[in-house]
Amino acid sequence: MRAAVARPVTAPIWPALVHQTYAEFVKLFRVPAFSVTSIVLPAMFYAFIGLGQAKEPLYRGSTVTFGEYFLASMALYGVANVMVLGFGISIANERGQKQDLLMQSTPLRPIVFFVAKTLSALAIAFMALVVLSLLAVVAGGAHLSAAQWLTLFLRAMVCSLPFVGLGFALGYLAGPNSAPAVTNLIYLPTAFASGLFFPLRLLPQFLQNIAPYLPLYRGAQLVWDAVGAPTEGGSIATAWLYMGAYAVVFFLLALWAYRRDQSRKFN
Amino acid sequence: MGAPAAELVNASKRYGEVQALRDVSLIIQPGEVVAMLGPNGAGKTTSISLMLGTRKPTSGTARLFGMSPKDLKARSRIGVMLQESGVPGMLRVEEIVDLFRSYYPAPLPTAAAIKMAGLEEKTRSLVKDLSGGQRQRLYLALALCGNPDALFLDEPTVGMDVEGRRLFLDEIGELAAKGRTVVLTTHYLEEADQLARRIIVIDHGKVIADSTPAEIKARVAGKRMTFSTPSPSDESQLAGLPLKSIQVEGRRVRLLTNEPEQVLRELFRRGVEIHDLEVAGADLEEAFVAMTHREAPQ
Repeated sequence: MRAAVARPVTAPIWPALVHQTYAEFVKLFRVPAFSVTSIVLPAMFYAFIGLGQAKEPLYRGSTVTFGEYFLASMALYGVANVMVLGFGISIANERGQKQDLLMQSTPLRPIVFFVAKTLSALAIAFMALVVLSLLAVVAGGAHLSAAQWLTLFLRAMVCSLPFVGLGFALGYLAGPNSAPAVTNLIYLPTAFASGLFFPLRLLPQFLQNIAPYLPLYRGAQLVWDAVGAPTEGGSIATAWLYMGAYAVVFFLLALWAYRRDQSRKFN
Repeated sequence: MGAPAAELVNASKRYGEVQALRDVSLIIQPGEVVAMLGPNGAGKTTSISLMLGTRKPTSGTARLFGMSPKDLKARSRIGVMLQESGVPGMLRVEEIVDLFRSYYPAPLPTAAAIKMAGLEEKTRSLVKDLSGGQRQRLYLALALCGNPDALFLDEPTVGMDVEGRRLFLDEIGELAAKGRTVVLTTHYLEEADQLARRIIVIDHGKVIADSTPAEIKARVAGKRMTFSTPSPSDESQLAGLPLKSIQVEGRRVRLLTNEPEQVLRELFRRGVEIHDLEVAGADLEEAFVAMTHREAPQ
């Protein structure tokens, strides 16, 4: 009657989440093609585009410098970059290598897997923010109050969440070979069209017309506002509303793509 | 009595046009060591996939410890090695074993699982740097680390060298001796013969035999005779003998017959000089070929 001995029948969820998060972080971090581009690229763009005129006022009479404004732009670009590329490419690769097959036969809960992946990417995104901010302060003379720093970091991190959904969706829709191309093809142009690299008024009219419907444009309003450089893009509440709606849409898309992939493989 | 470790009830599986499994029913009791044999594409992997819940039967039922194979309570009691499944290359061996342990309610210590799989020297290596055979051992460590009641091993020794295979089979034999249920698929008949007390032969999606290795061998009636001749053998010397098959390699002759005594008498009468005569029951390989090739053209 060994069966009478009480022992837990499934593993506790928290230790599994801690282990999984560590593993997902290490998996991302140890791939230089991902970690270096994710952590260094936003800072590099800042150096190339922002440093030359970092200390000049954003416009005549503004108390905000161009460096501070562009810091906010690159902060948003950087975190969303981690989410879209990190998830999109790593999930597509893992599917290509059939890592999901082994996972599928273990008692790992899918929710643990997804939360762990999200947390690990948030950690990388945070590191990208820190590197970018150090550069902006040291070389670009960015000067923000503690409250502004806090608001900028918080808003950038929260704004990355809809892109977690988009990244998951791309990861389950794209093949391992096409994933890098597909994710870049979607992400880079929208970053430009949202005014993250050049002010919108310098872009062609049709892009200016599309921009307000792009998630990065709405996120940009939030981070620019955080450094005291709000633009003409509507109220902060509206921007949050858009981001929430995008989060819902992208996560539903991700769920659909995930289910589609699972039912193809495991039916 | 507890529920069977694994069970298929009238299970069929179709992939598009391909009927991979036809109305298969089988029960694997706790503590059994079962080998599933069959040619490529026979339905071995599909049978295991249904038991593990990584595939759903098109009709019929699969159960694991009396539960749905997708139930976490059932999955928490098994360890698996699957063909062609991938593992993250950028984790170290100890890291991934430690990760997989966290999925199970009562796991083994990480070092113990790595030792059982014979991977101690590679503990700190990145998974991507392992050789094919080492990677199979890592899969074994991952299958064992949850301290499972039942192990499902799909072609476990593919890619292992001779020494690796021997260690591996010893390890599985030990686990079986401790009362673990082991279900393995294999191409290698000697593996099945050495490990299993029950062999299920699958061909064209159907179970065509399910019994002990001895009984399967007995299904090929007859004896295998091997002997050497002083000069390279001439097949004409064997003409007209009641033989089921003849293999001649230089001076070594291998025959399969139902009437070994009569064959011997006739050989002596013809004055054929023979040395090193051995007469034995047909082995598993011959039984297997006889069972699965009956309708194959070549």
